[in-house]
Amino acid sequence: MDIHEYHAKELLSGYGVPIQPGAVAYSPDQASFVASELGGWHWAVKAQIHSGARGKAGGVKLCKTYHEVRDAAKGMLGKKLVTQQTGPEGKMVQRVYVEVAEKFERELYLGIVLDRKAERVRIIASSQGGMEIEDIAKTSPQAILQVIVEPAVGLQAFQAREIAFGLDLNIKQVSRAVAAIMGAYRAFRDLDASMVEINPLVVTADDRVIALDAKMSFDDNALFRHPNVSEMRDSSQEDPREAEACQDNLSYVGLDGDIGCIINGAGLAMATMDTIKYAGGEPANFLDVGGGASPERVAKAFKLVLSDGHVKAILVNIFAGINRCDWVAEGVIKAVRDIGIKVPLVVRLAGTNEAEGRRIIADSGLPIISAHTLAEAAQKSVAAARAADACPADAARASAMAGELMP
Amino acid sequence: MSILIDEKTRVILQGFTGDKATFHAGEMIAYGTQVVGGVTPGKGGRKHLDRPVFNTVKEAVGATGATASLAFVPPAFAADSLMEAADAGLKLVCIITDGIPAQDMMRVKRYLMRYPKDRRTLVVGPNCAGIISPGKAMLGIMPGHIYRRGNVGIVSRSGTLGYEAAAQMNALGIGQTTSVGIGGDPINGSSFLDHLMLFEQDPETEAVMMIGEIGGPQEAEASRWVKEHMSKPVVGYVAGLTAPKGRRMGHAGAIISTAGDSAAEKAQIMKSFGLEVAPSASELGSTVAEVLRRKPLRRATA
Repeated sequence: MDIHEYHAKELLSGYGVPIQPGAVAYSPDQASFVASELGGWHWAVKAQIHSGARGKAGGVKLCKTYHEVRDAAKGMLGKKLVTQQTGPEGKMVQRVYVEVAEKFERELYLGIVLDRKAERVRIIASSQGGMEIEDIAKTSPQAILQVIVEPAVGLQAFQAREIAFGLDLNIKQVSRAVAAIMGAYRAFRDLDASMVEINPLVVTADDRVIALDAKMSFDDNALFRHPNVSEMRDSSQEDPREAEACQDNLSYVGLDGDIGCIINGAGLAMATMDTIKYAGGEPANFLDVGGGASPERVAKAFKLVLSDGHVKAILVNIFAGINRCDWVAEGVIKAVRDIGIKVPLVVRLAGTNEAEGRRIIADSGLPIISAHTLAEAAQKSVAAARAADACPADAARASAMAGELMP
Repeated sequence: MSILIDEKTRVILQGFTGDKATFHAGEMIAYGTQVVGGVTPGKGGRKHLDRPVFNTVKEAVGATGATASLAFVPPAFAADSLMEAADAGLKLVCIITDGIPAQDMMRVKRYLMRYPKDRRTLVVGPNCAGIISPGKAMLGIMPGHIYRRGNVGIVSRSGTLGYEAAAQMNALGIGQTTSVGIGGDPINGSSFLDHLMLFEQDPETEAVMMIGEIGGPQEAEASRWVKEHMSKPVVGYVAGLTAPKGRRMGHAGAIISTAGDSAAEKAQIMKSFGLEVAPSASELGSTVAEVLRRKPLRRATA
């Protein structure tokens, strides 16, 4: 789960990471009011969306008067901001963060991630902050400092010092940078973060070290023990269908194709999508209904897949381990009857009680195309989607015939 | 032979008396697995499925001589149960639980290192379907009937895709020595490499199918080992060619992955290390069959 910059700063500040005074605003008037309350001479108005690279996209404005603050907020609020990371559709700005702006001398980079290879937490730092870390890694890899944290004891002060001295800081700055690095690490560890990124971490002329921007992502599996973090979720920043799926404990990712997929297990789901592509089609989504695949979950999955208007055919591929195919078949039939599915439907059931499951589908009298193998399921769903393309009105019937005619 | 478990392996269940554990313990017993008891703190002294229940893993191991466990413990308590199993000296723990915090698994793996190698616990999972040595024993939640005894090893991150591979092999008359699900989480108890090493040593295993997914460095690391150390053919597959690129907020993750993370890159890495890669998920079985045909069959000695 991702959170906004102002939430990340609020959390990090609680762990001793220095930040500038700032406040969130939901309207232009509120923005100019909070600027007056914060005091200071210059303010940065920052669009709060779940994306980096906001500055280049016009999502960060430096303002010298309350009027400018209000105008900047007005220019951002209620509009979609498109950055390099949001994709062409952009993300809606519903709140801005107004922060006291200050001059700084240097921009550094600080990142903390869970390294899958080392199976440890890794701290990454660079003296070239403000830039994309990938670019620094490419152009000057020697400018990147890294340390691995031993999980039994956590980050040690000497490791933070090594980073700070490695960043060419003077002794005053080093002690402040160590506090910031240790604080950011403690926040990462205590809150079960999966990523903390402070870019830039700036150094001022009077030797202060400040987190000027901050991003945090969290391990979804650990949110149960951090209700304060869970409450920071902003679903408006997430794909509405993905957010809805998440509420039903389904895992959904929308794609550009036209064959809707309902599958149990993430690996089989990806493999099925790959097989559709291999057969010449394009999957419309990734959807893992999980091990249970109960009738309720199947029904929810159908609704979710059909909420994508591009879907021309649906492929259900269930390999029953814990559950039974006959039970899944009954769930599918109930869902088809209740929801009234208009697009052709290909169902492949395998595993426990598969013969029984297929018989129930065949006896239902519904125009469901049955498939035995993965390859057959993919080919029939591609044929069904093509038939729907050619003759949308008669799609279901035409493709049912196409399904029967295929080997 | 087989790897990890066979008909003689004495097995306990952690979280024995829960609904799911009860159901699957019944399935495991019906399959012929030697389930000798289980652990549920606070229910020690009772009988469940005609087998003794203990309060602690140490008691269970002491009383039953169990060497392996299947853990059905809620995510919040999973790390604790894995460390308890390691401390009790179990050789193998398979954990089915889905949704364990990544940092918990990180600490578990660090904890395992405090034991010398000869008594260190091998953890399989989490978020996996388990282990089966067809016709001998089952330590997991898979449908046992889709597997048959044979000479191919399967190691897979995904549970259901592992079933798919077994079913395709089955349809071609190819059986398995052992099938292992290592789980889909970012931090696994054991990796592809751990199990490839065991399959290499198993005299009955003639070939191995390795089923990977997008993300993480495991497939590349295992493939390199295959090229350098493995005498048996390995068939690879990587799911996720059509998966969308991860939408991340930051970039810090990108610079630490040394090898390619995408399915296409991983398949390419597998090929470059001499693995046979199945062209699609519907050709897992046929690719294994082809590799077995080409390979002069060594006679199993066990």
